[in-house]
Amino acid sequence: MADSRLRRSLLYVPGNMPSMLQNIGVFRCDAVMIDLEDAVPPAEKDAARRLVRRFLEGFRERNKEVLVRINPLDTRWGLDDLREVLPAMPDGVRLPKADTPEIVERLDTRLTEFEEELGLEIGRFKILPSIESADGVINCIDVSRSSDRILGLAFGAEDYTASMEIERSKGGQELMNARSRVVWAAKAAGVQAIDTIFADVKDVDGLRRETEIVKGLGFTGKSLVNPRQIEVVHEVFAPKPEEIAHALQVIDAIQRAREMGTGVISLGGKMVDAPVVKRAFRVIRTAHAQGLVDSVPDEAILHG
Amino acid sequence: MTIVRKAQAGTMQSSDLMVFLEPAPELVIEIESTVKAQFEHLIRAKIEEVLRERGVGAGRVRVTDRGALDYAIQARLETALLRAGGE
Repeated sequence: MADSRLRRSLLYVPGNMPSMLQNIGVFRCDAVMIDLEDAVPPAEKDAARRLVRRFLEGFRERNKEVLVRINPLDTRWGLDDLREVLPAMPDGVRLPKADTPEIVERLDTRLTEFEEELGLEIGRFKILPSIESADGVINCIDVSRSSDRILGLAFGAEDYTASMEIERSKGGQELMNARSRVVWAAKAAGVQAIDTIFADVKDVDGLRRETEIVKGLGFTGKSLVNPRQIEVVHEVFAPKPEEIAHALQVIDAIQRAREMGTGVISLGGKMVDAPVVKRAFRVIRTAHAQGLVDSVPDEAILHG
Repeated sequence: MTIVRKAQAGTMQSSDLMVFLEPAPELVIEIESTVKAQFEHLIRAKIEEVLRERGVGAGRVRVTDRGALDYAIQARLETALLRAGGE
């Protein structure tokens, strides 16, 4: 269901700032999320969506994934955001306040309508639902399975702590339960798990610590507010040398197994089967994206 | 379309521009730019192209440019036109 594209770093870019938009090609993140929601005041929604459209029409060398964070569909801006921006072919939509599966289904239906209108393949536009309220956390398991377009679940701690009427701390203890549940939902549905932003751009050590914690929980990427945060996040998500070495051994072992016509093989006394191979490929793809290995073996062997 | 009321769009940030429109009997385009010496003719050409596409033949178009690229000039002028009268 889900694609396995690398999404370690998803950088927010304010939708009404040409100076940031036109640097999108230069930022070294895996994805950008062009923001039409919180970064744009109500009186400038029309200007921002037109600016984003014209920018994307001219952004032909797409060297990273482009998502647009629209306004919620129950506001008077959400549908206009889609109407204006989708013809310029973003890869997908980050949907704020995805509190229930019905909210995602509503967007799914709209996207299908636009795809038909634009003559595109159905399913072309992906969805990244934002889990950012108590309701969202409670319902995220159903949300994660509410559409085939879902590429991952994104956790949004700023709105979540507001909905809980609590403060967000640097240690993040207050987020632990919500984060765990979002990761469960994502893993069970076979989609990616994207952690929340770290707002203090100057606190590099804090960002590193938080990224290490969420990587340990199972998150595969993080939303970012500043391009200066990209490098640290990539460093943390980079596989360690021993992980890479082991992954290469696994892939080599499964290749030999395929040649012998079997699906399972043992490596150093441990069984190597499909899930182990899948994880090995993920490690190698991540390593390759960071220049740590020269090439990614053909994933056809995953499927025998 | 016709410019029926005063409107503006854009910001004064770098790489952006502000467009001010108001009704006038004839078309007048005034350009202020940080890069006026080198690029005024290109900015004017882009503005004229957008106005022509939308059939705008009259009005005062005043632009304060901070080094905007073509896509931003187009987007800001289009937004100002929508605000100034509707298409």
